[in-house]
Amino acid sequence: MFKMTPNVLRNLFFPKATRRYPLEVRAPFENVRGALMNDIEKCTFCSACALKCPSQCIAVDKKAATWSYDPFACVFCGICVEICPAESLHQKPEYRLPVAQRESILLKGEPGQKIEKSS
Amino acid sequence: MLKTVIPFGPQHPVLPEPLHLKLTVEDEVITEAIPALGFVHRGLEMLANIRDFKQMTQVVERVCGICSMIHAMCYCQGIEAIMGIEVPRRATFLRTIWSELNRMHSHLLWLGLFADSFGFESLFMQLWKIREKVLDLNEATAGNRIIVSVNVIGGVRRDLAPEQISWMLAELAEVEQEINRLGSTLLTDYTVKKRTAGKGVITKDKAFELGLAGPTLRASGVCQDMRMLGYAAFDQLDFEPVVETGGDCYARSKVRFREVLQSIDLIRQALSRIDQSEIRTKVKGRPQGETVCRVEQPRGELFYYIKADGTKNLERLRIRTPTFANIPALLSILPGMWLSDVPVAVLSIDPCISCTER
Repeated sequence: MFKMTPNVLRNLFFPKATRRYPLEVRAPFENVRGALMNDIEKCTFCSACALKCPSQCIAVDKKAATWSYDPFACVFCGICVEICPAESLHQKPEYRLPVAQRESILLKGEPGQKIEKSS
Repeated sequence: MLKTVIPFGPQHPVLPEPLHLKLTVEDEVITEAIPALGFVHRGLEMLANIRDFKQMTQVVERVCGICSMIHAMCYCQGIEAIMGIEVPRRATFLRTIWSELNRMHSHLLWLGLFADSFGFESLFMQLWKIREKVLDLNEATAGNRIIVSVNVIGGVRRDLAPEQISWMLAELAEVEQEINRLGSTLLTDYTVKKRTAGKGVITKDKAFELGLAGPTLRASGVCQDMRMLGYAAFDQLDFEPVVETGGDCYARSKVRFREVLQSIDLIRQALSRIDQSEIRTKVKGRPQGETVCRVEQPRGELFYYIKADGTKNLERLRIRTPTFANIPALLSILPGMWLSDVPVAVLSIDPCISCTER
């Protein structure tokens, strides 16, 4: 126990290691795999994300032009973002905030959207 | 003397995961320990028949939260061996760096829990404070804190920028300094030694006979570490396994403590020898054949058997985790121990029940 005393005393003169979350939030690191977002205007509803997703949390309906996503089943691996041919999917560096009730996200776009080619 | 059976777990303050032990006690001394497993069985091996072989990389990462990166690395190495894919040199170094970061945070987590098991709360908090820095390193470089999702068949998904490398080296120097500061408490403190030294001794012969793995085996004086096989970039780093001869709970904690420092050294070596090249090879086709892959997890030898039949799903995936090998050690040391020493003894083998039950 006595060997620990210098550490304890040392800690008295250093700032605390914790912060008053959620009042005080640390700035996120770059390229962190946080909340998954879809720019539905760019989405072509090709279903590549739904097919490759290891946790199968994405469902796409090409005819109805809908993209639905269950954030509670998502494992934040970023595979969908990597393979999205239209580059409509991206992950924000911030994590999704906790909610009281389970909900899924349903986005509706225009049918027949094509990949915009940048000149 | 009247025998009493005391259930230990599956929910117990000292246990991070659900292990159930039926302890037969005479007075305060254990005479028999019978384990019961199966509380977190998820049938992950059978998912290999449902998910395709590329998706399985993310599935096997979730066999165990703490050693997730090493599970995925082992799986990818197995598939790469079947398909004859050569991983770029830079990717092997990056895998080594992240696997050692994984080992560091796992050992720091364990050292904290171990301190907590004998009631040393402030040491537990100090160790977890250091672990937070390692998790920051993971988050900044790989994108996630624990389940880093960097492995992919054929290489890795993230690269390190030069400024990230210099930042990592600076952070590692700080982590090393802080760990060394706690070293005297963990290894020489009277209270810590009183609770750990001489408790749960496994001799070298007994450890070999029981077929133990990892730090539990090395603490009994057996020099066996899968990193000696030279997978990933370990064949290009100066590596000598950490071995202690005491065989008791104190020796096991000493091995893990020294391994944290060794991991820092290995990461430094890997960062200094890493060269510029591709990080990922393109994978074409489907695997056909079978292979066995072994790597060193923080808890010991991890073994994967993969059998593929040329379809997108694997025919069989078998995972043998180190805790499965180390449970016999626990059962052999518990009889004769005092009931108050059970938490220390149980934690000394670093049980990872999620791994064991998959």
